[in-house]
Amino acid sequence: MSIASMIVDPALLQVFADPFPNGLSRYVVGGLLVGLGATVIYVGTGIAAGASTFLESTLSYVSDQSRFKRYVASRGWRLVFTFGIVLGAALFAATVQSGLITTSLYQSGSTGRLYELGGVTLWLTEVQPWRLFLGGILVGIGTRVGKGCTSGHGVCGVGSASKTSIAGVITFLLVAIVTAQVVAALGVSP
Amino acid sequence: MTNRDRHPAFLPLILLGGVIFGFGLGFSQMARPEVVLAFLQFADFGLPFVMFGAAIVTGIAFAVLPRIADAAPLTGDPFERRLKSFDRNVLVGGAIFGVGWGLSGICPGAAYASLGIGNVTILWAIAGMFLGAYLQGWWRSRPSSGDASAR
Repeated sequence: MSIASMIVDPALLQVFADPFPNGLSRYVVGGLLVGLGATVIYVGTGIAAGASTFLESTLSYVSDQSRFKRYVASRGWRLVFTFGIVLGAALFAATVQSGLITTSLYQSGSTGRLYELGGVTLWLTEVQPWRLFLGGILVGIGTRVGKGCTSGHGVCGVGSASKTSIAGVITFLLVAIVTAQVVAALGVSP
Repeated sequence: MTNRDRHPAFLPLILLGGVIFGFGLGFSQMARPEVVLAFLQFADFGLPFVMFGAAIVTGIAFAVLPRIADAAPLTGDPFERRLKSFDRNVLVGGAIFGVGWGLSGICPGAAYASLGIGNVTILWAIAGMFLGAYLQGWWRSRPSSGDASAR
């Protein structure tokens, strides 16, 4: 037994021995595309787009609350932006996820469950619905109170070196790490 | 600002940007809650490369465009930094978002993309997000709330 493994938890050592079990390229390429999508919109319109305002702007169609009415002017394009995100991800599913396009830059991994529909390989999460629903409620409250989410703060805000966004990102990253570790330690899986 | 939708290329460009954005979320597997949770539980350190990879691209655009052009072609809006003001809400909201993100492994953009890759189960998360956004909007729209901060 080496000295290192006597001091450091062996499980932890194993994790850091392979920090990228699915390779790094899918993350880097995917991230660059996310940035490119936001940049295309910014170049043409001057808008630094975020994904979570869609929640409130869409609620303005069905609610007269003043919080939502402020987004009436932007609700149309935010609906189109969100539709584009769904469409782009579907395009990914029909091509790369289905194996129609293969590239060494993409490792598929083994999470969740794959199923076929009309010749397209689709994917289902195994994370339990109550986690998704309860987590979703907190995400819906938090992103709107906190003025942004992983795209508005994390991508556009950090990209413009906004101190507000950097503070927001550090806050939600640290809290999310602690939460996920506690949830896992309590034996909740998946 | 209210007439943004007027230019015929405005909505098509928004759609194109959204498609690239969504394709990237699929490719990076951020549309899979398991992969986000794997980062938060220190089993796969890929996630920061998505977020910061994207931020580097937008960062270049945000830095360069204001120097080479006065206004965006489709809106006439100036290329300027529209920074959000800092207050306690950024930390409180960020912490609430963090608990939700850590519990579910899903954030708004990734949830929409998750639907696109066929993950109908994610409708639980999207329904939750609308409910959460509605609850805070209802709470903060009360005449007595005194909250006038934008966004």
